[in-house]
Amino acid sequence: RFVGSLGTIVIKCKDLRIIQLDIPGMEECLNIASSIEALSTLDSVTLMYPFFYRPMFEVLEDGWSSFLLEQEFEHLSSVTNEWRLSCVNKDFSVCPSYPPVVIVPKSIDDEALRKVALFRYGGRFPVLSYYHKKNGMAMLRSSQPLTGTNGRRCKEDEKLINATLRSGRRGFVIDTRPLNVAQQARAKGGGFEQEVHYPQWRRIHKYIERFHILQESFIKLVEACNDQSHNMDRWLSKLEASNWLTHIKELLTAACLAAQCIDREGASVLVHGSEGTDSTLQVTSLAQIILDPRCRTIRGFEALVVREWLQAGHPFQQRCAQSAYSNSKQKWEAPVFLLFLECVWQIHRQFPCSFEFNEHFLILLFEHAYASQFGTFLGNNESERAKLKLPQKTMSLWSWVNRPEELSRFQNPIYEANSLVIWPSVAPQSLQLWEGIFLRWNRPSRFLEEAEEERINIIKYNKELQAKVNVLRRQLAEMEADGEVQEGE
Amino acid sequence: VENVRLLDRLSSRRAVVGTLYLTATHVIFVENGSETRKETWVLHSQISSIEKQATTATGCPLLIRCKNFQVIHLVIPQERDCHDVYISLIRLARPVKYEELYCFSFNPKLDKEEREQGWKLVDLNEEYNRMGVPNSYWQISDVNRDYGVCDSYPTEVYVPKSATAHIIVGSSKFRSRRRFPALSYYCKGNNASICRSSQPLSGFSARCLEDEQMLQAIRKANPGSDFIYVVDTRPKLNAMANRAAGKGYENEDNYSNIKFQFIGIENIHVMRNSLQKMLEVCELKSPSMSDFLWGLENSGWLKHIKAIMDAGIFIAKAVAEEGVSVLVHCSDGWDRTAQVCSVASLLLDPYYRTMKGFMVLIEKDWISFGHKFNHRYGNLDGDPKEISPVIDQFIECVWQLMEQFPCAFEFNERFLIHIQHHIYSCQFGNFLCNSQKERRELKIKERTYSLWAHLWKNRADYLNPLYRSDHSQTQGTLHPQIAPCNFLYKFWSGMYNRFEKGLHPRQSVTDYLMAVKEETQQLEEELEVLQERLANLQKSQSGNNKVKSKQQDRSKQFGLYASNNSLANTPQEYSSDLKSFPSRSPSQGDEDSALILTQDNLKSSDPDLSANSDQESGVEDLSCRSPSGGGCLPSEDSGKDSDEAVFLAG
Repeated sequence: RFVGSLGTIVIKCKDLRIIQLDIPGMEECLNIASSIEALSTLDSVTLMYPFFYRPMFEVLEDGWSSFLLEQEFEHLSSVTNEWRLSCVNKDFSVCPSYPPVVIVPKSIDDEALRKVALFRYGGRFPVLSYYHKKNGMAMLRSSQPLTGTNGRRCKEDEKLINATLRSGRRGFVIDTRPLNVAQQARAKGGGFEQEVHYPQWRRIHKYIERFHILQESFIKLVEACNDQSHNMDRWLSKLEASNWLTHIKELLTAACLAAQCIDREGASVLVHGSEGTDSTLQVTSLAQIILDPRCRTIRGFEALVVREWLQAGHPFQQRCAQSAYSNSKQKWEAPVFLLFLECVWQIHRQFPCSFEFNEHFLILLFEHAYASQFGTFLGNNESERAKLKLPQKTMSLWSWVNRPEELSRFQNPIYEANSLVIWPSVAPQSLQLWEGIFLRWNRPSRFLEEAEEERINIIKYNKELQAKVNVLRRQLAEMEADGEVQEGE
Repeated sequence: VENVRLLDRLSSRRAVVGTLYLTATHVIFVENGSETRKETWVLHSQISSIEKQATTATGCPLLIRCKNFQVIHLVIPQERDCHDVYISLIRLARPVKYEELYCFSFNPKLDKEEREQGWKLVDLNEEYNRMGVPNSYWQISDVNRDYGVCDSYPTEVYVPKSATAHIIVGSSKFRSRRRFPALSYYCKGNNASICRSSQPLSGFSARCLEDEQMLQAIRKANPGSDFIYVVDTRPKLNAMANRAAGKGYENEDNYSNIKFQFIGIENIHVMRNSLQKMLEVCELKSPSMSDFLWGLENSGWLKHIKAIMDAGIFIAKAVAEEGVSVLVHCSDGWDRTAQVCSVASLLLDPYYRTMKGFMVLIEKDWISFGHKFNHRYGNLDGDPKEISPVIDQFIECVWQLMEQFPCAFEFNERFLIHIQHHIYSCQFGNFLCNSQKERRELKIKERTYSLWAHLWKNRADYLNPLYRSDHSQTQGTLHPQIAPCNFLYKFWSGMYNRFEKGLHPRQSVTDYLMAVKEETQQLEEELEVLQERLANLQKSQSGNNKVKSKQQDRSKQFGLYASNNSLANTPQEYSSDLKSFPSRSPSQGDEDSALILTQDNLKSSDPDLSANSDQESGVEDLSCRSPSGGGCLPSEDSGKDSDEAVFLAG
C-alpha cells in the first residue's frame, strides 16, 4: 500500500509496519511507486512469491504431510471407537470447503452425510472438532441448518448430532449469531435448530461480530496506535471507540462457554454461525486451547491451526488480503484469524507457564497468514489448494518452522506442561491490548528483549546445573556401591 | 456475631457463612464448617468507609471498603447486630489519638536491640554522603536545629555553601509554611542538583532579596550551568489563582538566570476524586469492555499518573542531559513536589531502584521532608478533604516504569504493594504523623517498629528475578517513553483489584523464576558438596583405606542428600529429582506460598492472607463476566435444573 508524493514513498505493510523512503528524482520515485503498486496487487495467485520461493534450507520433514487428519483419527481411536473417518468428500463434491476426509459418528453412514450436507449451508454438515477424553464429550462444528421459513427438518441431521449424546443427556448448540439474526436468516433459507426437532439440545446465542465490523475495528485501532500525540485521554477513548477489546472479550467468553459446557456440564456441543467458516472456528479452536493441553504445545498448536483453520476451510485468501491499511473497502476482508491469535495471546498472558510456544510464534503466524514465502496460507480451502497443487509447487511454513534451529526461537523458556483445563478471566481488567502486534513498530523493544534473554539465561543455567549435579550423583553412587562391594569382600 | 455471610462480589452463589469478631485492632471473619476455617483479618486502620445498606429479606448488608482496595461485603442476619457492628466499626476505624493505632500494640517479638537496629537500617546521613555531599558546594545547615525555621522540615538539611543562615531564614519567610529551598538530590557526575521548596509569597509584585540570593546560591553550586530551572508542578491557572492570596510563583524578571516552567499536575482534591471514580469502575459488577475503558478514561487516573511521570522525566533530563539544576515546588511543597522529586531521582540514580535504595528514597523525599502521612492517609480521624492518594500515585509510577524496564528494578511488584499496604496499616511507626517533629515528640522509634527492617528481613520475597546488578538496564539514567503509541500506561489490576485474584494472571512468571533461582542456588550448593565428596571418595579409594565408620559419618553429614543418592542408581529416576524441589511447579490455584510472609509475622501483617478465591485449577466463574449479564454457567455444585434455567437467560 502506498501513498506517493514529491520524492517520498510511504509503504504501509500488512504486518502494520510503515516504511518511508525518500527518493531523489520525481520520475524515479513515480516509477518505483507504480512498480510497487503493481507488484503488491497481483491478481493471480500463481504469480505470488510462494510459487517462486526457493528455500535455502534443508527440508527435514515435509510440512504438507505433517498434520494429516488420519493421524488425528489414530490418536482418537486409541481412546474411543465411537467415531469413524469418512471419505465422502474425497472429490470435494459434498462440501467444497471441507477437506477430503472428516471425522463423524460411527453410526452415521456416508449416504446420511450426503443428505445432511444438503440441509446445511455450503454443505458443511456437522463434523467432529474436538473429543474431550476426560468425559467423552464432543465438540462438533457445522454451518447453519437450512430450515427456511417453513421449518424444514432433516431426520439424518438430527440423528447425526444426537449420536454424540449419551442417553438421557443433553447437548448445547452454541449459535454465534444473536437470536434475531438467526431468525432473519430463515427468510434467506437459513435458520437454526428448533426445539421441536432437537428436544435434547439447548440453544445458546452468543453473538460474535463479523466481517466489515471487525475490519473497521481493526483499522480504527491501528490508526489509534499510530497516533503520535502525547495525550493520554485521546488514546483511551480511541481504544474504546475501536471496540477491538470488546470483540476479544466476547470471543473469549463464547469460547469459555463452549469449554464450560463440555468440561463442567459434561455435555456435547455443536457450534455454528452462518457459514461456519469464521466465528465458528474461532470458538472451537479457542475452546480447545482451554481444554486440551496438547494444543498448548508448539506442534499441537500447529496441528490445531491446520485442522481447525486450514482444513476446516477458513477463507484465508479472502480474509487476509489487505490487512489494516487497505483504503478500498474489501467486502471479504476481516481480521478473524488475528482475533483468534490475540485471544490465544490473552490466555497465554494469564497462564504464562502453560504454553510451549512464546509470543513470537503467534506473531509469526499473523505475518504469514497475511504475507508469506510459504504456500501454507494460500487459497481459501483444501479444494483450492489441491487445484493450485500447492503441496507440489510451494514450500510449507511448517517445513521451515519445525526445524530445530527455528523452533528454538519460538520456545517459551518457562514452559511447564500443565495437564489441567485453563480457565482465563474475561473481565476487562484482565484483558490488555496486544502490544506485540499493535505497538510492535513503535515501542522500543530493547528492554523487553533483554528481559526475555534474562529469563532464558536463568532457566538455561538452572538446567546446566541440574545436569551437572545428576552426573556427579551418579558417579558418587557408583563409587560408593563399588566401595561397599569391596568392603563386603 | 454469628451466622454472618461473606459475599463474593463476583458471584452471589459463592457466599460463605461464618462468625464475625471485632477486636481492638482487627475485624476477623472466620468461616464455619470448612476444615481449614479460613479467616479473613482486616485491620481497623485499613478501613476507609463502612456502608450500611437497606435491610433485605436475608439480613442487613454491610459494605466495608478498605484503603488497600479490599472490599468486604457482609450480610448480618439481625438489623440490631448490624447496627452495633456499624457503630463500633465507625468508632474503631477512626481513632483520635496516635496511641490507639496498631503500631503501639504490635509486637513482632523482637528485643530492644533488634528494634533499634531496625530503625538504623535506613540512614539519611549515609545517603547524603553517598550522593557526595557535603562537599565544596553543599553543606549541612543547622538552621532548623530545633525546628525553629520550619516545623515540617527535618533538622538536618543541605543547602548551598554560599547560602548563609541569614539568607535561609530570609528565604523561608518568603515561602509558604517557611519551606525554603533545600537539597533533594545531588548528581555527583556533573554537580547538577534537584532542590525543593514551597511556593514563594510573591503575590502580584512582592520580592524578597534573600530568596533571590538563595536561588542564586543554588545556581552557583553548579558551576557547569549558568541558569537553573524553576519547575512549578501546578497547572498555571492554579498558580495564578494563588497570587491573589499573596502566594504564587517566581517572576523571571526578579530572579536572575532562572527558567521558569509550569508542569500541570492537579491538586489533591482532583486526585482523590479521580481515584474514587476509578475504584467505582473497579467495583462494577460485570462491566463491558466499553464501560471499563470509558470509566477508566473518565476517571482521568492514568492521565494524572502520566503527568507526574512527565514532570519527573523533564527534571531527570534537565539534570542528566543538560546538567542544569532544578528547583521544584508546588503549593506547600509536600505532595506534588515529593512525587516529582522522587520520580526524577528514581530515573536518575540506579541506587534508588534497589530495595534498600527505594526505602531510602521514600525516607528522604517523603518521610523526612514532612509529607503529611497522617492527613493524606487518614490514620487518625480528620478532615476527609485532606485525604488523597499522593504516595499511591508515586508507587504506581514506579510500577509503570517496572513494566517498561523489566530488568531495572531489584524489587518486584509485591514489594510495592506491601509498602502501599503498610502506609495505611499503621502497623509500623514509619509513616505515622505529619512531620519529623511530631514523630520525635511521640518517640516513635522507641515505641514502635520499622517497616524497613521487616521488609529487609523478608527481602527474598521481594526480589525481581530478572534483576542483575551488572545488567546494562540497571545502569545509568532511565529514559522512559512518553507517547501512548510508544508506551501504554496500563491499569494496575494487581493493586486496585488486588483482592480479586480471579482477575490476575493465574501463573506468575516472577514467582516461577524466583523458585527456579532458588533451586539454582540449592543446586550450586549441592554441586559443591558433591564435588567435595567425590574428591574425598576418590582419595580414600585410591588409598584403599575404607573405614566404615568414616563413611557413616559422612552420610550423616550429608544426610540431606541420602535419599537422593539411593535413587541416583537408577537412571529413570533422575527426572524425579526435579520434583523433589518443593516450590518448583507453577501453581495455578491460590497457593501463592511466596505471598505468605514468614511465620514470625502476625497474621494481620500479611496483606495477602485474607484473600479469598477459588482453589481449583484456576476455575473461573464465568457467569458473572459474560456480557449478557450473568447469563451462563455456574461453575460447580449447584443443581442441574437451576443450571439450565440460568442458561436460557443467556
